[in-house]
Amino acid sequence: MELLVFAGLALVAAVAGLLVIVQRHAVYSALFLIITMGSLAGIYILLDAHFVWVIQVIVYAGAIMVLFLFVIMLLDIRSEPAPWAPPDRGRILIAVLLSVVLLAELGVAVARRFVLAPAGGPAVASSFGRTQTVGRLLFTDFLFPFEITSIILLVAMVGAMVLAKKRLH
Amino acid sequence: MSVPLSAYLILSAYLFAMGVVGVATRRNALIIFMSIELMLNAVNLSFLAFARFLNSMDGQIFVFFVMVVAAAEVAVGLAIIIAIYRNKETVDVAELNLLKW
Repeated sequence: MELLVFAGLALVAAVAGLLVIVQRHAVYSALFLIITMGSLAGIYILLDAHFVWVIQVIVYAGAIMVLFLFVIMLLDIRSEPAPWAPPDRGRILIAVLLSVVLLAELGVAVARRFVLAPAGGPAVASSFGRTQTVGRLLFTDFLFPFEITSIILLVAMVGAMVLAKKRLH
Repeated sequence: MSVPLSAYLILSAYLFAMGVVGVATRRNALIIFMSIELMLNAVNLSFLAFARFLNSMDGQIFVFFVMVVAAAEVAVGLAIIIAIYRNKETVDVAELNLLKW
């Protein structure tokens, strides 16, 4: 049953992930990216990552993709010619070949090291991945990095506003 | 039937490779950016799979930080793309040669 759910979600994520990069208009890419993130969120539940599932949906599929869609609509970008059009064809062929090599390497690495790992993994405590557990860890063991994230977000906020202002001086 | 670790890792590797293809082949800066997001998501999946199979919460905490950095990166990156579009009227990375000489 779990395997069936995973297979379905993984298939959706894989197909949508492929469609993200072959669209001619960025809006369709963004929509397929949302589908990919949504099905990944489903897979996160299978991995007992409840808190990460929530922020995947709210922050990633919600906030970040809305930001993308806003910018796409603001910029009035036309559909480009097909990405596999002649002037780019040689470059794209090389890029795809190299990516296939990368994928094969990763596959071999996984197959050699992890194919014998027991399916399902160890039994975990019922608190594994819950918001309470994550929160306790963030405010104890990871307090310093957690406080640093507030600075990162502040810098990003100020930087985004400065960069997107009317004129670049 | 439960899912083996290798299944998660292979899905993650596949999504990462798709992101690499997108970054390497596309010329639209926005789609390149989305491909980077795809790669970040793929890595997050690996983190969560290992966290589950090693019975350790550290992976999930790290995913939280990855998401924070991704959010910051998207905000700044999209602002840069807007600034570029204002100056050059294009988001085609092949036509951006301000720093070339």
